Amino acid sequence: MKPIEQAKVQAKIDEFAGKDVYIHLETTNGAYASHFDEGAYNVGAFIRNAKVKYQHGKIVSTGGSYRVGLKIDLGWVYAEGVSDFEVDEKDRLLMAGHDREGRLMVALEISETPFSHEADPDE
Amino acid sequence: MSNQHVVVIFPHPDDESFGAAGTIAKFREEGIPVTYLCGTLGEMGRNMGSPVFANRETLSTFRKKELDEAAKQLDINVEYLGYRDKTIEFEPLEQMADHLKAKIESLGATTVITHYPGFAVHPDHDAMGAAVVEAVRQISPSARPDVWMHAISNGHEDQLGSPEVVFDIRPYWEKKLAAIKAHLSQVDGMMGLIQGQEEQLERLKTERFYTYTFES
Repeated sequence: MKPIEQAKVQAKIDEFAGKDVYIHLETTNGAYASHFDEGAYNVGAFIRNAKVKYQHGKIVSTGGSYRVGLKIDLGWVYAEGVSDFEVDEKDRLLMAGHDREGRLMVALEISETPFSHEADPDE
Repeated sequence: MSNQHVVVIFPHPDDESFGAAGTIAKFREEGIPVTYLCGTLGEMGRNMGSPVFANRETLSTFRKKELDEAAKQLDINVEYLGYRDKTIEFEPLEQMADHLKAKIESLGATTVITHYPGFAVHPDHDAMGAAVVEAVRQISPSARPDVWMHAISNGHEDQLGSPEVVFDIRPYWEKKLAAIKAHLSQVDGMMGLIQGQEEQLERLKTERFYTYTFES
């Protein structure tokens, strides 16, 4: 992954608009947060392979990280804090935000094919 | 010729290295075969390497390779159980227990090492440990392997007392460290957390297990 280039990501978001796509959306502060810091509280949520068709989407920045919103017929897909992106060899748009130690805090991924649950044998 | 076979059952690639690598090395030195039944690919892990080299979609491939390398360091066999990271607690316990019982029996396990359900911090650890205990419970008493359980939660000794099995694994520390370091995507994150806390680091040099006592 590399730092988000807003125009490239926006173009990719536009490309997926109006198509059936699969979404991976997640946020987490890790399963060990409260183990290493008694004052911390474990928080996480993910949805993998939600099938949606969004009307339009936008990536917006207010310095530092980005927010992404995808408008679907009855609601929204939303992520805040993504800072890195990659269009991988399967033409999927992967976006994520990491903390200073490189740990994932938030991810939003869009793909025209379902996300796998297996390690990729080709890699 | 001993017929011992130690079967380690944890949910994630790296649990074996952090939790039991010294004990595993000790058994291997004694010529006892060790198999690691790894529940998931750890594909939902938060650590992506430092600096970051993995992403959510490539992490499982990296972690599988890392476990291959750790297994080489420890000279053990690895089999994957095919569950998905973070979701083990939502699988039906009975089905998992059946699955694990078949594995444990076919491997001829004489000792099974797993997490102590309820005292293992990560929900996958607790759920896998509970399924292992249930699986072994269903094996007839004369054929049951010993069950050793690794407790992790802070202050667990206050509730559980002292563990029955305690190994000072400093003779195997280099081996354990090599196995831990094989988990490249995870090691910086976890060791970073641990390094700051002398108590946590010392904890890695002693491996302690509670034995499960079945009522009947």
